[in-house]
Amino acid sequence: MNITLTVNGGEHTADVEPRRLLVDFLRSTVGLKGTHIGCDTTSCGVCTVLVDGTPVKSCTMFAVQANGRSITTVEGLKQNGDLSAIQKAFKEEHGLQCGFCTPAMMLVGTALIEENPDPSEDQIRWAISGNLCRCTGYINIVKAIMAAAETTREGASS
Amino acid sequence: MTATEHRPHTPPEIGGLGHSRKRVEDARFIEGRGNYVDDIELPGMLHMAIHRSPVAHARILSIDTSEAEAVEGVVAVVTGEFLAGYNLAWMPTLSGDTQAVLATDKVRFQGQEVAAVIATDRYVAEDAARMIHVDYEELEPIVNPQRSLEDDAPLIRDDKEDVESNLCYEWDSGDKDGTDAAFAGADKIVTLQTHYPRSHPSPLETCGVVADVNPATSQATIYMTSQAPHAHRTVFALVAGLPEQNIRIVSPDIGGGFGNKVPVYPGYVVATAASLVIGKPVKWMETRTENLISTGFARDYYMKGELAVSNEGKILGLRVDMLSDQGAFYADAQPTKFRAGLFHIVTGSYDYPVAHVATRGAYTNKAPGGVAYRCSFRVTEASYLIERLVQNAAYELGMDPAEFRLKNFIQPDQFPYHSPTGFVYDSGDYEAALRKAMGMVGYDQIQAEKEQARKEGKLVGIGIASFTEVVGAGHGEDYDILGLKMFDSAELRVHPTGKAILKLGVRSQGQGHETTFAQIVAEELGIPADDIKIVEGDTDNTPYGLGTYASRSTPVAGAATAVISRKLREKGKKIAAHLLEASEEDLTWDNGKFHVAGDPESAVTIQDVAFAAYTNPPPGLEPGLEGVHYYDPPNMTYPFGSYIVVVDVDPESGQWKVRRMVAVDDCGVKINPMIVEGQIHGGLAEGYAMSSMQYITFDESGNCIGSNFMDYLIPTAWETPRFELGETVTPSPHHPFGAKGVGESATVGSPAAYVNAVIDALQHLGVTNIDMPVSPDRVWAAMEKANSG
Ligand code: FES
Ligand code: FES
Repeated sequence: MNITLTVNGGEHTADVEPRRLLVDFLRSTVGLKGTHIGCDTTSCGVCTVLVDGTPVKSCTMFAVQANGRSITTVEGLKQNGDLSAIQKAFKEEHGLQCGFCTPAMMLVGTALIEENPDPSEDQIRWAISGNLCRCTGYINIVKAIMAAAETTREGASS
Repeated sequence: MTATEHRPHTPPEIGGLGHSRKRVEDARFIEGRGNYVDDIELPGMLHMAIHRSPVAHARILSIDTSEAEAVEGVVAVVTGEFLAGYNLAWMPTLSGDTQAVLATDKVRFQGQEVAAVIATDRYVAEDAARMIHVDYEELEPIVNPQRSLEDDAPLIRDDKEDVESNLCYEWDSGDKDGTDAAFAGADKIVTLQTHYPRSHPSPLETCGVVADVNPATSQATIYMTSQAPHAHRTVFALVAGLPEQNIRIVSPDIGGGFGNKVPVYPGYVVATAASLVIGKPVKWMETRTENLISTGFARDYYMKGELAVSNEGKILGLRVDMLSDQGAFYADAQPTKFRAGLFHIVTGSYDYPVAHVATRGAYTNKAPGGVAYRCSFRVTEASYLIERLVQNAAYELGMDPAEFRLKNFIQPDQFPYHSPTGFVYDSGDYEAALRKAMGMVGYDQIQAEKEQARKEGKLVGIGIASFTEVVGAGHGEDYDILGLKMFDSAELRVHPTGKAILKLGVRSQGQGHETTFAQIVAEELGIPADDIKIVEGDTDNTPYGLGTYASRSTPVAGAATAVISRKLREKGKKIAAHLLEASEEDLTWDNGKFHVAGDPESAVTIQDVAFAAYTNPPPGLEPGLEGVHYYDPPNMTYPFGSYIVVVDVDPESGQWKVRRMVAVDDCGVKINPMIVEGQIHGGLAEGYAMSSMQYITFDESGNCIGSNFMDYLIPTAWETPRFELGETVTPSPHHPFGAKGVGESATVGSPAAYVNAVIDALQHLGVTNIDMPVSPDRVWAAMEKANSG
């Protein structure tokens, strides 16, 4: 099947098997390796990308279902060559260790802040509860998202 | 040695020990530019999928691969018979047993590797793997070690000569007669029988490999998820008979290890053999289900502990009987001499004259592994047992559990402390750590609140664990894996411009070595940490080492790094003397500078010295500023801590919630406090996971129930408690800069604290034990039983 979708602002057209998962399409066909695979039951969330701005587990969507949609992956987080607020905050707050869950966590955080610029700790924990992390105990991930929300608010008001 | 304060000696621009330096490795990860095994694509690369046994124990009658071979895109189907032609159907395990690479005679656990398909595409390989048809004659599956050791149990390892039972090992430690005598004279004997359930490390990245063997040169480059690349290269050389210099193992970024990536798995070997035969690179990445059902499980210890105590509350002795469920192959990653790992550290933080620890392991029809999941060779099970036992002993004596611990702790002046099972504890101040935790949690007040709540019909519990670990193996005289002594190494080169490169035999899996090891060099040589690059995980480009597990990196490779840095500083002193036209004895070292004593103006920097090492070395001195050091530690290190958990238990449903979790850790001198805290957070979360929800279980046919993340539960941010951290600092006296290692402390120490808290809430009802995971249904059942009894 022929599909066309936008990935991080660029258009990609390809002929794909209907059964090919979006995550495999992104990793193999588009060649963006920042979206990871960690399970086969839609449980871990490391494959999360934004589809038209909404977090979606890309192992749970066929590439053909993304036809005509706009996808953001971790590689699309930088703005005009600068790290985004959430990327900076993850480093600053030590929100990552092995880094395997990190792209997905940052994307979910980005979507959350977009929707709710001033999230509470509970709201952050709930938002990332579809994403597992084995290294951090989540504490610094929550802190990083909180900090990114703050800088984003400051940026908007200045 | 008692607890001390530790402050950085170097300014932030240098960034030596004690600075919370931000992580260097983050730069690539936050842009999605890490390089994990699955990210590697080579020209012409093929994909492998494994056909696994659906049954736990069966004789293989026939294997039909014809349908799979006919699928378009399939390049080859590999069976055990094929591998046997290359003498590769079996491989050695890290415990010196053998393990089937692809089964030829029998399958011995559900999920065992039977055949593999190599195809042009992963999807095709998976399709074809399902088209392999195997005829089995089913045998009785053995799903627990008790049944396994019965006389009429079928023999699991009938492949081995001279084996007549399913007993896998038998090992004991301590003084049996002395211990029995202590028990005979005791006022009370406190007994706890408990199962530390089978668990799985489950890093979010599964295991995998890209094997690239060039048939023309027989150079094998193997990219794999390996916590111990050098040891794995040696194993590959032994298994495959390839010359070791032609094998290059590259362990790129690893998405978490926790012990899961210590063993060599059949998939790695099959992919390498396939690449050798086909002449193209072959990739194999486990699915999560494969990861959970076939690789590196942990724990599964059935433990009976008895404590002899006096009415005054003194511990007189400890007796332990342990039976472990080893699965179908004895594949524990552990030092050769110790058949149950370091489980005999079970005497814990307490001072008593005698102990006896008897251990046995049995083969069962379950996946092999026996990895130390975020743990130093079984110290987790040991710490759990003694901390649960001590808590119950306090109840039996009518004492406060904190008071009972304080009465029995090894005292600071008793170090180095010779334990009844032969360990020599390096340093500790257990009372300081417990008192600090009690202060943080407001112990007396929370005890009063608990009593009050009880009167109101509410259940509140307070659990303590005052654990001691033993990490950082060797020394080499007593500790080896497959004969390889447990040293580690560091190779340091300071370039003419004063920038350095440090190469290590260990391998980070998220611990942040690129950040912390530069800090060690910065501390010792005064070169800014930002000017030091760390290289690890490539056997062609790093010195030999045993790898990263059992919290070894800082105690062993960190020590090697400090020693080689000091050696280069010594050489630098000669060069400085030459430059300053002074005598070496007159020189003083001060954070990156040599100067003549009493004359700080006439100084040369380490950068000046490095430049001179290549451009103007003193006559007769070997040029360059470079060296390698292999460090064989004189002893292990003994990190410790005290954790206190407060829980609220719902009397109706048995659900429990952590109200407070206070963790005081003492890992000696810290390299990077931020990274230490992060590791403790992670360990506390995994400890919570084990105590509350995470376990691999089997039905009576040997079907693995916890085979995916819907059944094998991992806490999300929503369930995970919030932690409060504290510290004491008791340096290790034998480590070059006093560090002890921390990556596993929290997984070792915390499960007992959580479980003790739940038991504490229920102990007035007569509940003394609930096996992990302490799930609401188990709590509810324990309350029902207590109420009806
Ligand atoms: S890979 Fe686990 S949810 Fe998608
Ligand atoms: S940082 Fe390793 S899984 Fe989250």
